Amino acid sequence: MRESNDMTDVRSARPQTNGGRRMSGIGRVLVAVYAVLALAAIGRSFVQIATKFDEAPLAYSLSALAAVVYVLATIALVRSGRGWYRVAWVTIAFEFTGVVVVGALSIAFPELFPHDTVWSWFGRGYLFIPLVLPVLGMWWLATHRPASSQPTGQVATTSGADAA
Amino acid sequence: MIEWFTWVQLAVAVAAGLLCLVLGLAGRVPNDLANGALVLVELLLIVQLVVAIAAPAFGNQPTGSVLEFYVYLVGALLIPPAAIFWALLERNRWSTVILGVAALSVAVMVYRMLQIWTVQQA
Repeated sequence: MRESNDMTDVRSARPQTNGGRRMSGIGRVLVAVYAVLALAAIGRSFVQIATKFDEAPLAYSLSALAAVVYVLATIALVRSGRGWYRVAWVTIAFEFTGVVVVGALSIAFPELFPHDTVWSWFGRGYLFIPLVLPVLGMWWLATHRPASSQPTGQVATTSGADAA
Repeated sequence: MIEWFTWVQLAVAVAAGLLCLVLGLAGRVPNDLANGALVLVELLLIVQLVVAIAAPAFGNQPTGSVLEFYVYLVGALLIPPAAIFWALLERNRWSTVILGVAALSVAVMVYRMLQIWTVQQA
């Protein structure tokens, strides 16, 4: 299954954008929405950390981490190649896990998250975009593998793990 | 912040967003109308910035966090130019949709700015 010319595939992964012109177009919209969300998360965590970090260090550190991950995901979605494809999967899976776990916890145990984060109540403060976006992102990644779909098995485990 | 102006700005941003979404989904590449709508949104944001800087001198103080207000305002100012830049680079229908998404994002941010300035008790 694994070919010896594994490394050269990174180069040949670039033509993926040519396949399905229409889809790659919608993918662009996805990237744009990610960029806006990244901007929103950066802005919010900047304000939180600059003005009231002492009140809830955990929640605000989480906000900052989420912001960094959104930025990484945005970059990874734009870049081509196997490495960035993997980064995209990891960051988007992280976001999805985050929004599901923090969302559920914030409803079940509100006292844990007295301060809002991007993910509280499944991203209600952001029109539930943080919940919907990773799902669309994972679907887009699954339908746009780099040329030779070597990491299929790995990809399946990643998405399976965070769905659980 | 001048409240009626902000409402006008909000209406313009929503209208521009819907217009671009419709044009984009109808398959139009970004045209002068779509780009112009975003330019208008950006100009109104610049006016808002001037108003926000001047207003406290006339006794019009924000009720919420000034820092948060400006983070939203500066963030919003960045969005239309980025979207227009994208639309000029990539000439396809999805760039028009992105213009629409950008304008609607600005609308949400302007609404938050209005809340921060007028409603919040901080």
